[in-house]
Amino acid sequence: MIKGKVWKFGNDVDTDQIIPSQYLLLPTIDEMKQYTFEPLDKEFPAKVSAGDIILGGENFGSGSSREQAPRVLKALGISAVVAKSFARIFFRNAINIGLPVLVCKEIYDSAETGDFLEIDVKRGIIREPRTGKEYVSTKLPVHVMEILEANGLIEYLNQKQGR
Amino acid sequence: MGMTMGEKILARASGKEAVKPGEIITARVDLCMTNDATTHISIDIFEKQLQVRKIFAPERVVFIIDHNVPSESVKTAEVQKKMRDFAREHRVNFYEGAGVCHQIMIEEFVSPGQLVVAADSHTCSYGGIGALGIGVGSTDFTAVMNTGEIWLMVPETLKFNIYGQFKKGVYARDLILKIIKDIGANGANYKIMEFGGPAIKDFTIDDRIVLCNMAVEAGAKSGLIEPDEKVVDYINARGRREMYLFKSDEDAVYEKVYDYDLAMLEPMVAKPHFVDNGCPVSEISDVKIDQGFIGSCNNGRIEELRVAARILKGRKIHPQVRLLVTPASKEVYLQALKEGLVDIFVASGAMVLNPNCSVCWGGCQGVIGEGETLISTGTRNFKGRAGHADSYVYLASAATVAASALTGKITDPRGWEHE
Repeated sequence: MIKGKVWKFGNDVDTDQIIPSQYLLLPTIDEMKQYTFEPLDKEFPAKVSAGDIILGGENFGSGSSREQAPRVLKALGISAVVAKSFARIFFRNAINIGLPVLVCKEIYDSAETGDFLEIDVKRGIIREPRTGKEYVSTKLPVHVMEILEANGLIEYLNQKQGR
Repeated sequence: MGMTMGEKILARASGKEAVKPGEIITARVDLCMTNDATTHISIDIFEKQLQVRKIFAPERVVFIIDHNVPSESVKTAEVQKKMRDFAREHRVNFYEGAGVCHQIMIEEFVSPGQLVVAADSHTCSYGGIGALGIGVGSTDFTAVMNTGEIWLMVPETLKFNIYGQFKKGVYARDLILKIIKDIGANGANYKIMEFGGPAIKDFTIDDRIVLCNMAVEAGAKSGLIEPDEKVVDYINARGRREMYLFKSDEDAVYEKVYDYDLAMLEPMVAKPHFVDNGCPVSEISDVKIDQGFIGSCNNGRIEELRVAARILKGRKIHPQVRLLVTPASKEVYLQALKEGLVDIFVASGAMVLNPNCSVCWGGCQGVIGEGETLISTGTRNFKGRAGHADSYVYLASAATVAASALTGKITDPRGWEHE
């Protein structure tokens, strides 16, 4: 079960907003993560705590395929991204690094920055303790869930390649 | 039930007779490519996480340094060295400073009907020559480089039928900006955009790449155009023989069909900060620009440079405007030199830069400052995409950028082209 504080964003948050181009060639994710969401909120990396949850609107993670985007979020301790919809490459990249991504339209209208959420990724249930309500997210295909449960594609591959 | 060409490409790649939208398949990849914006992440995954460290077929793997080239900092030099060393050690194809990755892939590697996976969102460009190019991240790329395979969900397809002829001063670039404005930045999310209809036969290879390249800006998995004799000639001229000329069946099923009449189309711009925030240039009045950019995997090929040169010839750019011209590849650059286009650009006051991603990606070359406005033939106009978080990017055709560079404000290019 994931429990964390919400950071709410709008529609069409593209990966250039999550991590701008000029930081992508820094040698490590640790050096990059201090610039997360720089165009939208410079203070974000200092404010965020381990376990926090990103709540996005429509088309979250659009644009560039840069995997640095989900990676800096994970490195800052983000435990899940919930959005009304995701751009496809961001969605794949997040699953591939073991960062849970859930599609849920209803929770977006209810939850605000600072609220707490509880997420059962496997069952696709998002609970909002403030209102006591439960929301159902779109279920991940079995194959995709296996990758997420292996903590990402490379671990999944390592298990399959039998070592 | 018939299949679309995208479904046929995926059926071939997964060794099946037929596939249907929604089905999850494991596909063999013909080629994979990665560039310097993310390859250091892939190399770390390969070396530190992967247990069976092999490459499925080095001759089908391409590494291209095109984003920050030449390197602008010691840290960039460090990650690019890592990429160079890895490429040499594992004997994969390697290019540096030869152009934007997708242009090099089309010039040197990709053939119709192939499935190509690359760690860059604009991989969808290859649909211009009838190949299915799918953009992925570093982990997917590394897994493909390792196994030669990828899992994919077979997408639905949207069909765009194009009719009529372009009016003077209107280009493929304007058409794709109009389509994205109409369907929205996630209007094709997870789907394939297939462009067809009677007008497509008149589109040059460069025009077709322009359309498919920006499919991702509507959220698409890829863009596709049925290959015809023009494509076969292009591939033959480059000595490549492996070709699968897939065409959509008459009874193929499309999720939705759109019709576009080129005669109705005007020069378009996409206003800050979204690619779908488009409008006709004629509706823009008095937007002063600080910089113009002609280049990128969308619009830096020889035909776009010719259009810009026809406008800039014998004229001087506005004294308060910088104009940057970046040919998409070494081949395009050499052709532009041969045709005297570079002379025209330099004489007009433009800066002509080495082939690379340049201003389009905002990582190093030609970034703009706080409050500045750029008009660009690049792929994106997101907030901060070309430099400072508080700057403005308008997307337009090479003609509109060239005309605007002359006047210092966003300008309708119709009437500016010399014959």
